[in-house]
Amino acid sequence: MGNRPVSKINVDTKQDKKRNMKLKEIIEKLNLTVICANDQFENEVSGGYCSDLLSDVMGNATEGQIWITIQVHKNIIAVASLKELSAIVIVKGLEPGEDTIETAKKENIVLLSSNETAFDLAGKLYGLIN
Amino acid sequence: MLNLEFVIEGGDFTKAGQASSEVKQILKQINIPPAHIKRIAVAMYEAEVNVVAHAYKGKMSVFIDPSKVYLKIEDEGPGIPNIEQAMQEGFSTATEAVRQMGFGAGMGLPNMKKNVDEMQVTSEVGKGTIVELTTYIT
Ligand SMILES: Nc1ncnc2c1ncn2[C@@H]1O[C@H](COP(=O)(O)OP(=O)(O)OP(=O)(O)O)[C@@H](O)[C@H]1O
Ligand SMILES: [Mg+2]
Repeated sequence: MGNRPVSKINVDTKQDKKRNMKLKEIIEKLNLTVICANDQFENEVSGGYCSDLLSDVMGNATEGQIWITIQVHKNIIAVASLKELSAIVIVKGLEPGEDTIETAKKENIVLLSSNETAFDLAGKLYGLIN
Repeated sequence: MLNLEFVIEGGDFTKAGQASSEVKQILKQINIPPAHIKRIAVAMYEAEVNVVAHAYKGKMSVFIDPSKVYLKIEDEGPGIPNIEQAMQEGFSTATEAVRQMGFGAGMGLPNMKKNVDEMQVTSEVGKGTIVELTTYIT
């Protein structure tokens, strides 16, 4: 029998590859525009959810996620607030109305925007976090 | 035992979710466990929005005691002719205008069902609908 090289490594199966990033890092790396925010920049983002159906977000998004949507009316603020999402990103350069911005300020919800499509932005966010 | 009541205006989407936000605040203040609050928030928001989207006017009553949170959302409205069908995910009679806003996925009633311990829907066509949602605090 010839000599066969033997190598041995311990595979760490428990290690969680998911990185929790701070909101400010995500804003910077994805080049997002801040429409309104308070003191949430240091908050950790747990992930993202991408949907334009409010009941879908209500049912399936989880606390701390960033919500990517093309919806701009003020009902998105109540959803983000009740679900305790870390921010809403309005994509495709769409602009929320004054009433949406006012409500976001009042409810202390972070409102961001991007010129990219939901697909492109979600892809980049996924790459950052996972 | 705490008993609160909120008026819900049918058709007025500018205030949709307001009652639910207030109730959520109160549940936090009286130290209901966060895991319960999260689920109750989803269910009551859906019930509130259904009054706004589908009925003329309604009210949400909240009864809280140490063992449970009970919500009763009753409205004057068209009622639901077939409750079993309405409970199916994806079934919706929402108008095009309402769908444009991202409502009308037909997920509201299923979301309620998934997030409470007991749910009862009573409806009379041409009169209105009563949704009762109970969450046991353990
Ligand atoms: N309070 C109500 N009064 C009259 N009809 C109702 C009421 N609640 C629900 N319905 C009927 O049941 C259907 C399903 O309700 P459900 O909440 O599941 O979906 P939706 O409101 O249409 O959409 P979504 O909740 O996803 O935005 C409604 O489209 C409507 O036809
Ligand atoms: Mg609904």
